[in-house]
Amino acid sequence: MSSNEQATLVTADMADRKGVWGNERTSPPISESDIRKWAIATYWPEKPPSIYWDPDYASTTRYGGIIAPPDFNPFAWPVDRPRPRVATKRDKNSERRGQTGLNGGQTDTYGVPMKAGDIIRSRSRLKDWNERQGRMGLMLYTFTETEWCNQFDELVRTRISTGIRY
Amino acid sequence: MTINLYFEDVNIGDEVPAWARKTSFMEWNRYAAVNDEFVPFHMDDKAGVAAKNEQGAFGMGNLRYAYIVNALRDWIGDEAEIREVGCQYRAINQKDDVLTVTGKVTEKKTEGGENLVMLTTNVVNQNNEATCPGHAVLVLPNRVNSGS
Repeated sequence: MSSNEQATLVTADMADRKGVWGNERTSPPISESDIRKWAIATYWPEKPPSIYWDPDYASTTRYGGIIAPPDFNPFAWPVDRPRPRVATKRDKNSERRGQTGLNGGQTDTYGVPMKAGDIIRSRSRLKDWNERQGRMGLMLYTFTETEWCNQFDELVRTRISTGIRY
Repeated sequence: MTINLYFEDVNIGDEVPAWARKTSFMEWNRYAAVNDEFVPFHMDDKAGVAAKNEQGAFGMGNLRYAYIVNALRDWIGDEAEIREVGCQYRAINQKDDVLTVTGKVTEKKTEGGENLVMLTTNVVNQNNEATCPGHAVLVLPNRVNSGS
């Protein structure tokens, strides 16, 4: 094994966490204004569809009111935030493998749409991982499952996100 | 209510109407504001260079994902459902890129009483480079049940 190769990037902590639900969070109530601003931002500079901001129009749809775009994030702007980790001297001097992370993508499966007044609960777990050799050496692909439910325990969204470390 | 597309009208090989946006700080900052995504390399050219992108600040993957969702919504209308969307972030969204969402129907079937349409999707830039290959599953109404 050369100095650039490493047997595995999988840690004991990952093995302990595999399949265990955690990181539970509860969103503040979603407001129509949150939804409208989200839609404006993601459609900018064009006008977003009426279903996201016009209550009169939305009342004529199967949903009976304004719904949020499927990709809407009700957990944005938390009051309490984790403190950013300060890089240590060891981090700065380290050339250890596995310290660089990338967002590899995601697959979202949607249930009921989010509406104004909804409170969303989230939980997540490390679902699986695999390793392979890539251009940057050994690369670890982790798959995290995040589940959102509303206040009626209806499934809103399941996300499988792919993280890449090398 | 707006029904743009019925299940009966979709054929394998059909393409999603191209949906495009030129992206730069005006778009990224608005998205950062709603998603609370103030990551330095999305906001500042020096931070982008420090993150090993020679051209400076670069766009959010999540915004590209939103563009895919929006393209699908604009195509199918409000009464249809977006059931699943997945994508991989393969290339960077550089400043002033014109991003176009593309999609092509690969399969359609009725299953469990639902009219499902499967697509491959992507987000290509102005150089026709694929940045974000993915897939989607839609649930469409049919004319019979809609009385049309």
